[in-house]
Amino acid sequence: MEILGILIPVSLGLGAVGLVAFIWALRTRQFDDPKGDASRILTKDYDDRPKQ
Amino acid sequence: MSMAADQGDLRPGLVACPACVVAPAAGRAASVAPGPGRMVLSLPGAHCAVCISTVEQAMATVPGVISARVNLTLRRVSVEAEAGVSPEVLIAAAESVGYEAHELDAGLLSATETDRQGRDLLMRLGVAGFSMMNVMLLSVAVWSGADGVTRDLFHWISAMIALPTVIFSGQPFFKSAWRSLRAGRLGMDVPISLALILASGISLFETWNSGVHAYFDAAVMLTFFLLAGRYLDHRTRAVARSAAEELAALEVPRATVLRDGAEVVVGIGDVVVGDLVRVRPGGRLPVDGVVVDGTSELDRALLTGESLPVFAGPGLAVMAGEVNLTGPLTLRVTAAGRDSSLHRMADLVAVAESARTRYTTLAERAAGWYSPLVHILSFAAFGFWMWKTGGDLRFAVNISAAVLIITCPCALGLAVPAVVTSASGRLFRRGLLIKDGTALERLAEVDTVVFDKTGTLTMGTPELANIASHSGAALSLAAGLGAGSSHPLAVALAGLNEVLRAEVTDLREVPGYGIEGRFAGRRVRLGRAEWCGAVSLDTTATYLDMGDGVTHAFEFADRLRPGAIEVVAGLRGQGMKLRLISGDAPGAVRDLAARVGIEDWTAGALPAEKAAAVAELTAAGARVLMVGDGLNDTAALAGAHASISPASALDAARVASDIVLLGQDMAVISDAVRISRQATRRIRENFGISVAYNVIAVPIALMGLATPLAAALAMSLSSITVSLNALRLK
Repeated sequence: MEILGILIPVSLGLGAVGLVAFIWALRTRQFDDPKGDASRILTKDYDDRPKQ
Repeated sequence: MSMAADQGDLRPGLVACPACVVAPAAGRAASVAPGPGRMVLSLPGAHCAVCISTVEQAMATVPGVISARVNLTLRRVSVEAEAGVSPEVLIAAAESVGYEAHELDAGLLSATETDRQGRDLLMRLGVAGFSMMNVMLLSVAVWSGADGVTRDLFHWISAMIALPTVIFSGQPFFKSAWRSLRAGRLGMDVPISLALILASGISLFETWNSGVHAYFDAAVMLTFFLLAGRYLDHRTRAVARSAAEELAALEVPRATVLRDGAEVVVGIGDVVVGDLVRVRPGGRLPVDGVVVDGTSELDRALLTGESLPVFAGPGLAVMAGEVNLTGPLTLRVTAAGRDSSLHRMADLVAVAESARTRYTTLAERAAGWYSPLVHILSFAAFGFWMWKTGGDLRFAVNISAAVLIITCPCALGLAVPAVVTSASGRLFRRGLLIKDGTALERLAEVDTVVFDKTGTLTMGTPELANIASHSGAALSLAAGLGAGSSHPLAVALAGLNEVLRAEVTDLREVPGYGIEGRFAGRRVRLGRAEWCGAVSLDTTATYLDMGDGVTHAFEFADRLRPGAIEVVAGLRGQGMKLRLISGDAPGAVRDLAARVGIEDWTAGALPAEKAAAVAELTAAGARVLMVGDGLNDTAALAGAHASISPASALDAARVASDIVLLGQDMAVISDAVRISRQATRRIRENFGISVAYNVIAVPIALMGLATPLAAALAMSLSSITVSLNALRLK
């Protein structure tokens, strides 16, 4: 049963990483334009990055 | 039920929109300095990956632009630019690559653009989802036999996760429940909040006393499912709200005013009655006024539904929103800002719309009897077990919490949003955008359909009707003259297939009258009847003076929208009464009514008359579906039981309608009615399913046999069945 002492924090930690990633994505407005983002992967030029 | 309780706080915001969005527009636009740092343009035509890069690149080539980013979901581009870059340059840049663009007042949009409420709900949903997975993991361990210290440990860890989650994610329910309690009502959120608080409280108490049962998983699961329903519901509304914002775009934020002989560009709020305003060809009139100088033609189609441009000369009273077609005009302002006819139209919409929001949805009706019943059941269970066990408070509270948790409207909360989302998705793939959550229910009840003509049943582009009655020489001369103007009728003539354009020299456009030129040594004219010496007909027509005393009348018919005949037949097949009400001349309306097969038609209707006709039908007991596109239709659209407008419609009309037709083909409208009827049936079935679950589960809970496992099973099974039933829509 000692394994629980490791497994529970690990499972909670992994879940928390997912939650933090979700909150970060939400805060940085990555859900504001789902349709546009889905289309942007088709364009060749990088956006959100200085063009070279 | 999420919808029902939400209605209170969200709906008024929406209702007030046309009025409140427009009202501050004038004041705020006044503070717009020429060349603001951030500008927002609306791009109604953008729809794909290529659109994004084309528009962004076009913007980047404009000198002074720092960055541009297209938001495809909202169909907008926001541009960061140095001071001195004017929106006109950006609009021209977008138009040069083939995209229609309109300026939006950035200050007005930023207030709601971020959609804070949606992001807030999504955040709470994410947190609830995270907790649900973790708590469920621990609960499964408990259900499969963990006991003693292990069980207590798991319960404590669950408590540490679940309690903060319920406090954070449950806030929308608590707030709304508190509001409805203070207003003296028993909304759907009251039993929800009570269940959440009781479930968390009792579980904490049990955990403290090393009890066997804890309902932490039920509490977070409930929060998650209900939030999911509420988020779906919010999304449907957010679409409507962003459309409402664009009503402000119609209000031209600036005007060119003549002061001491010089042209000055000022904010619309600074224009006062008596000012002289200059309007260039192609521009929309910013104010109501009287023409003092210049001749031109005005396109009033969006205001009145007239398909033929009207002549404008000194002395004519004109209204804000009309489009100046051929020559520059100078107006003396008679009404600006809040008093202009555009604003009065928006007020009409606001009044009509507030009448519609009194519509009670199925969900609200369900909530009406559901909430009291749940409370009575739970309280009765508490009383019974207190008496039966001789005052065992802990046991009685446990039972009454179990009753609340089991009856808690998980499935009910999903019953409507799941169906609406599924039906909206299906209709969207057919080219219809549902803007309002209750639109489907209202559409399902419709028994009378009122159509507008110009731009709705027709495309708004003229087509030569009597081509066979003209000689080749006349046609070729008309085409040659027509090439010299951008007037819609001239364009139609110049674009005729298999007609050689005659070589007309000295082409000259006479604003407001027509085009003049020389051909074979004679002066030839194409334009208004009196100017060409012809007799005016009562249909849409332009006249050709061949210079030898012979005149020709070119009659035009508006091109039918694809699917117009099918939709009329389809709706009649479903037993609907059909009417055609247009602001256009009787001749044109009569012809069109005959072509599509509608017997009941009215011509020359003013905007207020259209709205009155709809109100009259409603008063006579009919449920009216209004299909229209112009500003003259907005009041009727808002006043009808349900309304549809094509995507080419004015923003104001799209805002006022529940459903937007995205494609050209309107045959899908009869599909929409069929699907909406099916969707309403599914919603009723979903209510039936949740009631059936309760009929089985409630007695078990009342007998005190409900375990947390049983509650979790009942909750997830009913939610899944309801969602699957929603997907059965065809």
